[in-house]
Amino acid sequence: MADQMILRIKNLHVSIEDTEILRGLDLEIKAGETHALMGRNGSGKSTLANVLMGHPAYEITDGTIEFLGEDLTEMEPWERARAGLFLSFQYPQAVPGLQVGNFLRKSVQAIRGENAPGARDFRAELNAAMEELDVDKQFLGRYVNDGFSGGEKKRFEILQLLLSKPTLSVLDETDSGLDIDALQTVSKGINAAATDETGCLIITHYQRILDHVKPSHVHIMIDGKFVKTGGADLAIQVEEKGYEWLNPDTN
Amino acid sequence: MAENTEARDAVGDYRYGFHDPENHTIRFDNGLSEKVVRDISALKNEPEWMTEIRVKAYNHFANRPMPTWGNMSMLEEIDFEAITYFLKSSDQTENSWDDVPDDIRNTFDRLGIPEAEQKWLSGVTAQYESEAVYHSIREDLEEQGVIFLDMDSGLKEYPELVKKWFCTVVPYADNKFSALNTAVWSGGSFIYVPKGVHVEMPVQAYFRINAKNMGQFERTLIIADEGSSIHYVEGCTAPTYSTDSLHSAVVELIALPGAYIRYSTVQNWSANVYNLVTKRAVAHENATVEWVDGNIGSKLTMKYPSVILKGEGAHAEVISVAYSGKGQHQDAGAKIHHLASNTTSKILSKSISKDGGRGSYRGMVQVARKAENCKVNVVCDALILDKDSRSDTYPTMEIANPTCRSEHEASVSKVSDDQVFYLMARGHSEEEALALIVNGFFEPFTRELPMEYAVELNKLMALEMEGSIG
Repeated sequence: MADQMILRIKNLHVSIEDTEILRGLDLEIKAGETHALMGRNGSGKSTLANVLMGHPAYEITDGTIEFLGEDLTEMEPWERARAGLFLSFQYPQAVPGLQVGNFLRKSVQAIRGENAPGARDFRAELNAAMEELDVDKQFLGRYVNDGFSGGEKKRFEILQLLLSKPTLSVLDETDSGLDIDALQTVSKGINAAATDETGCLIITHYQRILDHVKPSHVHIMIDGKFVKTGGADLAIQVEEKGYEWLNPDTN
Repeated sequence: MAENTEARDAVGDYRYGFHDPENHTIRFDNGLSEKVVRDISALKNEPEWMTEIRVKAYNHFANRPMPTWGNMSMLEEIDFEAITYFLKSSDQTENSWDDVPDDIRNTFDRLGIPEAEQKWLSGVTAQYESEAVYHSIREDLEEQGVIFLDMDSGLKEYPELVKKWFCTVVPYADNKFSALNTAVWSGGSFIYVPKGVHVEMPVQAYFRINAKNMGQFERTLIIADEGSSIHYVEGCTAPTYSTDSLHSAVVELIALPGAYIRYSTVQNWSANVYNLVTKRAVAHENATVEWVDGNIGSKLTMKYPSVILKGEGAHAEVISVAYSGKGQHQDAGAKIHHLASNTTSKILSKSISKDGGRGSYRGMVQVARKAENCKVNVVCDALILDKDSRSDTYPTMEIANPTCRSEHEASVSKVSDDQVFYLMARGHSEEEALALIVNGFFEPFTRELPMEYAVELNKLMALEMEGSIG
């Protein structure tokens, strides 16, 4: 249902090893919305992605995160995944010996629980998703992210996104290191996963992915805070002028 | 009740830890002497040469000191006087599953043996305590002349064949435990595959210790005649008692020219069983021997499957995994002796240690001076799951011929938080994530197993990961 509140972050403060990274963040994502989060390296973008998924290294020192009305911070990472949150990792981890096909089946069963498709339907969904993303069948016999090129890793993340059918997808620099063809394929996958009942948070350095995946909102982050929020045109301004004009400490 | 609780504390949750009431027709007093050895032989009506070799082996065992390597402090804890050396729980070997006494059948039913047999196994020998209680072989194999018997029956029915090969690969004086086994052996499998016969499906034996303080000393002899092939699979379990048991087997394989033998083991003894086993093969010209060896259970395992590459062009492979949990030490590895030219060998060893467990790889590869153009490949990987656990590698290479090409790789890795987090983000609990990583690490081994064993091993490792998260 459109307009339903998916994610509500209030006054979020996050530290890692006593260094504060996020310094009072507010964000609301509703069904049907696509938010882009832009900022330079070290601004805290990936920290937000990891905190949403529940990485144990980060400590929330203040603020709240609600996901579909539930307190997200009380949930374990796998509970978040099962509740409908998906993170496309900036650095997907290799698991030697774990076959892609087997892993996808197990993950879909874990995430979608009772609603997981049976063997035959899963196979059909998998084939469709692999075709969408132009992924070869042989891929299924390889080991998870083991020896994958940068582009293959990102494609595999989006393949998992399509099969997980999350309510909120967080994409952490999924566009980094992709050539133009791969960027188009990956964008196609992101768009295919989006419905008017889902939300999306795209974390990126560059405006170019936003040519393919249209954001409804754009947020600029500097030093762990949003300094400006606007529409799709804000991303174009940033592409032209850089971030410095938005920095409250220098202006 | 008290004993069971105590036992569980000693070994943790053990899936095969149920035990039946002990119900024996014959149980020897604990302890070992020449008289016990002669009594075992007399009871079995053995030929004199076998009695003599038992007695010689006993005397060697009695005089031979404990090994001065491996886990010496654990070895010193073995009380040979507290062990029962022979126990007979059923009067005869049965040929139909229905004829096996109920409690024994229940045990094997719980282990899933008869279903497994019906599905895909060519034949099965189930050994319960000392003697095989159930044995079958598919009729077509019998027609092809394949002999698959328990070792006692093998000696009775084919004394000349047994006499020709017994103790030729592992002499009784090889080590203290091969001497002990030769003195008191009972049960095990005897297999002969005639020339050119290919046994298409794996044959299986299942060993189980039920009684307390029980020693199990099976003796297995497999002869694959020229150009034949066979895959033999064994699995082992023991119930959970608070006192220690000893399993000390000897396995001898003979692969005659052009023959192929694969011997797969998954041992899951409970964590109070000493598992001290000598496994060795001779590979003649162009023969291949493969040991696929999984060590999941036991308190202390010392086992180094070996191949003597005696004939030109022979090939050996040893693929092994070891899992060492709390209180466990898996001291395992492989030994290959290249005695002939153009022989090749491959060793892949993978070990996981967790909760203070200790895994050791102990390997030896020898290439004789006259053996030209040999190839040796050794890979050992260790995965350590926490800071209390330990992994050691003791590789030895003695290469006396300069034309040998040898490669050796070793790695030690830890499970990273980011790896676990990645899998958790895909809906898997922390325990499930660890199981996925661990099973992935073992995959090069698991894929070599028959499907049913592979599934079982994956489940076992998932159980080992449960309740482990602090």
